[in-house]
Amino acid sequence: MSSSPQPVHAPPRAPIGFFRRYIFSTDHKVIGLQYYFLSLVAVTVGVVLSLLMRFHLVWPRAHMPFVSGGVMRPEQYLALMTMHGTIMVFFVLTTAPLGAFGNYFLPIQIGAPDMAFPRLNMMSFWLTLVAFGCMLSAFVVRGGAPISGWTAYPPLSGLGSITGPGEGMGQTMWIVSIGIFCFASLLASINFISTTIEMRAPGMHLMRMPLTVWAWFVTAVMSLLAFGALLAALIMLVLDRSAGTSFFIPYGLVVNGELQVGRSGGWPLLWEHLFWFFGHPEVYIAILPGMGITSHIISNFSRKPVFGYRAMAGTLCAIGFLGFLLWGHHMFVSGMNPYSSLAFSALTLSIGVPSAVKTFNWLGTMWGGKIHFDTPMLFSIGFISFFVTGGLSGIFLAQPALDNMLHATYYVVAHFHLVMAVAAIFGIFSATYYWFPKMFGKMMNDTLGKLHFWLTFVGAYCIFMPMHFVGLYGGIRRYSDFTGADYLVALRPLHMFMTIAAFATAAAQLIFFYNFFKSLASGAKAPENPWRGTTLEWATASPPPIDNFAGHFPHVFRGPYEYSVPGAREDFSPQHLPPSEVAGTAEGAPNV
Amino acid sequence: MSDTAIAERAGIGASVTGRNGGGFGGNGNGSGGNSGASHTPQRAYVTGMVIALSGIAMFFMALISAAVVRRGSPSGDWRPLIVSGWLARILWLNTLVLLGSSATMLHARSRARAGDETGFRQWWIVTSALGVCFLAGQLLAWRQLVAAGLYLATNPSSSFFYLITAAHGVHLAGGIIALLVVAFRPARRMARGTPVEIASMYWHAMDAIWMFLFFFLISGGRS
Repeated sequence: MSSSPQPVHAPPRAPIGFFRRYIFSTDHKVIGLQYYFLSLVAVTVGVVLSLLMRFHLVWPRAHMPFVSGGVMRPEQYLALMTMHGTIMVFFVLTTAPLGAFGNYFLPIQIGAPDMAFPRLNMMSFWLTLVAFGCMLSAFVVRGGAPISGWTAYPPLSGLGSITGPGEGMGQTMWIVSIGIFCFASLLASINFISTTIEMRAPGMHLMRMPLTVWAWFVTAVMSLLAFGALLAALIMLVLDRSAGTSFFIPYGLVVNGELQVGRSGGWPLLWEHLFWFFGHPEVYIAILPGMGITSHIISNFSRKPVFGYRAMAGTLCAIGFLGFLLWGHHMFVSGMNPYSSLAFSALTLSIGVPSAVKTFNWLGTMWGGKIHFDTPMLFSIGFISFFVTGGLSGIFLAQPALDNMLHATYYVVAHFHLVMAVAAIFGIFSATYYWFPKMFGKMMNDTLGKLHFWLTFVGAYCIFMPMHFVGLYGGIRRYSDFTGADYLVALRPLHMFMTIAAFATAAAQLIFFYNFFKSLASGAKAPENPWRGTTLEWATASPPPIDNFAGHFPHVFRGPYEYSVPGAREDFSPQHLPPSEVAGTAEGAPNV
Repeated sequence: MSDTAIAERAGIGASVTGRNGGGFGGNGNGSGGNSGASHTPQRAYVTGMVIALSGIAMFFMALISAAVVRRGSPSGDWRPLIVSGWLARILWLNTLVLLGSSATMLHARSRARAGDETGFRQWWIVTSALGVCFLAGQLLAWRQLVAAGLYLATNPSSSFFYLITAAHGVHLAGGIIALLVVAFRPARRMARGTPVEIASMYWHAMDAIWMFLFFFLISGGRS
């Protein structure tokens, strides 16, 4: 580190012993990797569940593995759907982008030796792991997994086993798991926010933070404000289930021919409001880190500064803020007052503005750049592609009149999978290929990476594009069997196509796993800065030492994306090099 | 950032300000044997507490908004829980006790500033004791409700009363534990530093939240 040639203090030694070092570690890098491997396990489980569902939709009478009784019953299908959604949303899309990459790279990118509260950080991870264990245990308790979807709408979720198998113990495990997850996320977000505010290196102003840091910061603020509401709702749901209260359970409800006595007239809509007040921000919690990563990588691989850095940071904040005002667009068909639908619709459409600003700025960053199409860049471009295609169908769904027609169909499934799931997963892949050299000190195979990209990119479109047409044709979502109605039977060829595409795309992920573990074992040794990047994670060894900068503390002299600065010695000017070492670049040069 | 700030980050300042701890379960100082010194500046704990309190505030806001929405639900089953008689007296007394505990806490900290460590400890323990009194008083209030035949599931108004008071009570119990942790630190540095500061921030915030909840709960009977 040229700015402080002598270590400020003696570099600390890594703890000795396997458990201290890799299991009960307070090092944010180890915790980040723990989150990462947790989400790898979770995504595998989630994909297997979705494949079972896709298989069943096309061959409803077939004997299947993992299904008790051989042939899948409708309630088993619903259980798979519930668990697929829950595991993917919470343990993959929330855990990987924020928990894994945020934990690993936020402190390094702001020049900090660790998170502000390392032990709290360790506690967040272990609670998340316990939550995941609770969630999986729902499969094996009496009655099996819950059937009420990842949204757990009462009264289905609020009355216990009378409403269906899985609604007894299974639903209880679900609630316990998500409750623990809420708590873990709240602790983690306190840590992320404090770290960003208090642990930045000298010279790292807010407007010099990488956009990834901005994204994690806004995401953490959102989870701080959103998960508390979910926790409150979960407590009320537990009381409805076990203490006989009527927060959500209406009066005079007859379930399976049995009158539910003692309920005074609760309101299921209340749950929907509370849930979606959390649930919609949760969607942005999943996607915002991907936006940050995409901005970061596109600038790096286009060898150009991010187009409109301030606008990019501002739109992250705008999306974060607006994200709290439009939960009602999930409830257009719930019986809510139509005037409030109108307000939620207008607010929902307004989020198209910051989203479009981001998209055009990504394109503007690439425009005229010397683009290097390495694997991380391909996945980032893929992210933009899916974000745009998925986002466009959102404009249709934001109109109450259209949503009335489309809400219960596969159109919605296609929409949210493209814009939230696939886009976020592409952000995760992009980050993995980009930072793998830093995290493990080895390079990944670029040819296999590109093959993985093209198969996944084409595969994901093959799965979800036809799904729009199924939806427009009236294909109802959540149904396990379409053989009962002629117009649904007619959709079977499309479903067949999607199922084949799903299996092919899932198989393509084996290339990723092979590449990942092969590179881990025997990849080429990674240099300190393989992508010729400017930010602080590239100013330290690969993998970084225990305190990230080996006893040094970097000083920051410029903005995060100074690529191809005229007159500079190289086509990238690292943040930590003093002006004299990048020759020709004055402090505060063009792009900030 | 000045050199002192850098030194503080490097852990040199840690020996001056005293080791931090408490509140957030520590600072990674030697935990897991990771590093010889704390990297976390003391003010990060204050920031962290502010952030934690905003999360907690959102949790209570969710409960309050749920109660408001539920009160206006179309089924019209909300029977206002009238706070009167002994229940009202107990709740008002509890509120005064909690307000008093904030006052004794302020007094304890002013004793500490005057260099009176013993006075600090005494008033700090009085504060914790008042907190315990408050919790006991809340239990008495619950007994009054039970005596009046109002249980958790009797009516949404009673459900929310129990839920809101219990949620606040759990948070306050956490505060009492934090106060006791501070009170039983070694005497020489007990009154100083960040743990005292964040514990009192949390305590005053729980007091303020209770004021808000209290007026919300007693207004429930009149609307």
